[in-house]
Amino acid sequence: MKSPAPVKPAPEIETETPGLPLFRSWRAVYVFVLACFVLWVGLLIALTEMFS
Amino acid sequence: MSPLDFVVLIGSMLGIAGYGIWQTRGRRDLNAYLKGGHTPWFAIGLSVMATQASAVTFLSTPGQGYADGLGFVQVYFGVPLALLIIAIFFLPIFRRLNVFTAYEYLGRRFDTKTRLLGAALFLVQRGLGAGLTIYAPAIVLTTVFGWPLDLTIICSGLLVIIYTVAGGNDAVTVTQKYQLGIIFAGMLTAFGLLLAKLPAGLTSGDTLTLAGGFQKLHAVNFSTSLHERYTLWSGLLGGTFLMLSYFGTDQSQVQRYLSGASLREGRLGLMFNAVCKIPMQFSILFLGVLIFVFYQFEPAPLFFNPVSARVLAGQGNGPKLQAYEASFNNTQTEKQQQLRAWIAARHGGNPIAANAAFAAAAQAQRQGEQIRQSAAQELAAKNHGTTGNEADYVFITFILHQLPHGIIGLLVAAFFAATFSSKAAELNALSSSTTIDFYRHLIRRDATDAACVKASKWFTAFWGVVAIGFALYAHLVENLIQAVNILGSIFYGVMLGLFVVAFFLRHVGGTAVFWAALAAQTLVFVLFRELSISYLWYPLIGCAACVALSCLLQLFLGADGERDNLGTT
Repeated sequence: MKSPAPVKPAPEIETETPGLPLFRSWRAVYVFVLACFVLWVGLLIALTEMFS
Repeated sequence: MSPLDFVVLIGSMLGIAGYGIWQTRGRRDLNAYLKGGHTPWFAIGLSVMATQASAVTFLSTPGQGYADGLGFVQVYFGVPLALLIIAIFFLPIFRRLNVFTAYEYLGRRFDTKTRLLGAALFLVQRGLGAGLTIYAPAIVLTTVFGWPLDLTIICSGLLVIIYTVAGGNDAVTVTQKYQLGIIFAGMLTAFGLLLAKLPAGLTSGDTLTLAGGFQKLHAVNFSTSLHERYTLWSGLLGGTFLMLSYFGTDQSQVQRYLSGASLREGRLGLMFNAVCKIPMQFSILFLGVLIFVFYQFEPAPLFFNPVSARVLAGQGNGPKLQAYEASFNNTQTEKQQQLRAWIAARHGGNPIAANAAFAAAAQAQRQGEQIRQSAAQELAAKNHGTTGNEADYVFITFILHQLPHGIIGLLVAAFFAATFSSKAAELNALSSSTTIDFYRHLIRRDATDAACVKASKWFTAFWGVVAIGFALYAHLVENLIQAVNILGSIFYGVMLGLFVVAFFLRHVGGTAVFWAALAAQTLVFVLFRELSISYLWYPLIGCAACVALSCLLQLFLGADGERDNLGTT
């Protein structure tokens, strides 16, 4: 059974900016998220090394 | 619980549910009912967080921290990576196609049978998961407070059904904000009071050293063994696939971030969770570690689960239980004396005496654990192999015996708020998928929006009753939060595989991916039964098997097979 429905693209602009202070582009937001992730994992590794 | 606790509990729960119904009264439009209005990114972020964090998260995770330390946090290492992938690749496609459900996309990309397979996998695992969501806190709270289990499950389940049926997706989002407020207020209060209850001479350095000395701060494990459940690698690889599957293909989450007014709102809501999830889980686990430290200076029960002690003492075995408790209390007294000597020596600048005292305390701790294990083995023998998981009862025992009235009510309200917030989102998603993927697609293709809203309300109630029914007949499983994750990991890999093929393998058609998904799901079932590897690897295995088999089958079917219906990869 195959029933491809017609595609109804939503009227949306995908190029919109994050609209946040300090973040002019989505790339900056993604880099910030990755940096936070690396920081958290690094801190947890440090905690493990210091107290185990 | 005192009358004040009940006032706080019942007042906050009924108040939030009533506010949700009042705020969303009169929603008749299908789009508004299933997708919600123009939710801002912060509300989406909170909603995504509240949907994932059920009562099990707040009730059981501190127990994990108490028993096993911080290692469980590694499960969440995959969250930021998964949410980045979803924000960049998945979300724009879902929004561009203006779909109600994630599986609607599979129908457009492949065919009806693949769409229905994806939706069916979701309905089966989420339907069971919804039962566990409501059962897990109910079994713990009723055991501790002595409430009737069936009545607690039915009352809490009905309240969620009422406001979710009445207000749809918007009611879920509106109530989740306030429910999360109650949860955070309760957890922060517990955290503050716990810190205040630690012994006066214990500094933060002492606390961390003590916890580390008992192996509770081992947050990151570099082991490459597949049999170790929580390691850096299982968290990064398996955890990423598990979270990618959950956030990217589970309608209960997809529906949350599709409710945004624009792509920006959904993306920022996801990024909010990508930043906050690891610190949040760390904090909850660390709360458990602090409870462990607290019980090094205060008498801890032999069993945190009160039923365990009753079962062990049954059939005239009371003296045996008393003997176990007496031996256990002796080791605790010895440990407390040694730890106080350790603090005095440490503060007095005598490292040799400090080390000796700590070694003696650790020895007493090991003896205490051996006594507890012997008692647990005896309990298991009496109880047909089932002991219940002690870890689930640690936090609630601490709350009940150490916190003041009013705060107890607030924290029990927080557990119920967490149950309601995730259960409402699950019911809403189950109803959406049943309405859009089955009812409107197979049964009544000409259904009007009003008819779909009406059907959706009935399906919400139906799934709510199914969840209550499952909860009433569920049995106690291993650690509750692990049970939720294990259930998801069995199904999520194949669901993710369907979407990976849809997004990135344009040459593969519906027939190939459909049979590949069925074969991959069978493989996961067999491996889960036969192997003893960490459950975190199954999403990766399921996804990889689905993708690889899809490519092979497409080769076999040849170039004339069905192809991309959208041209959007």
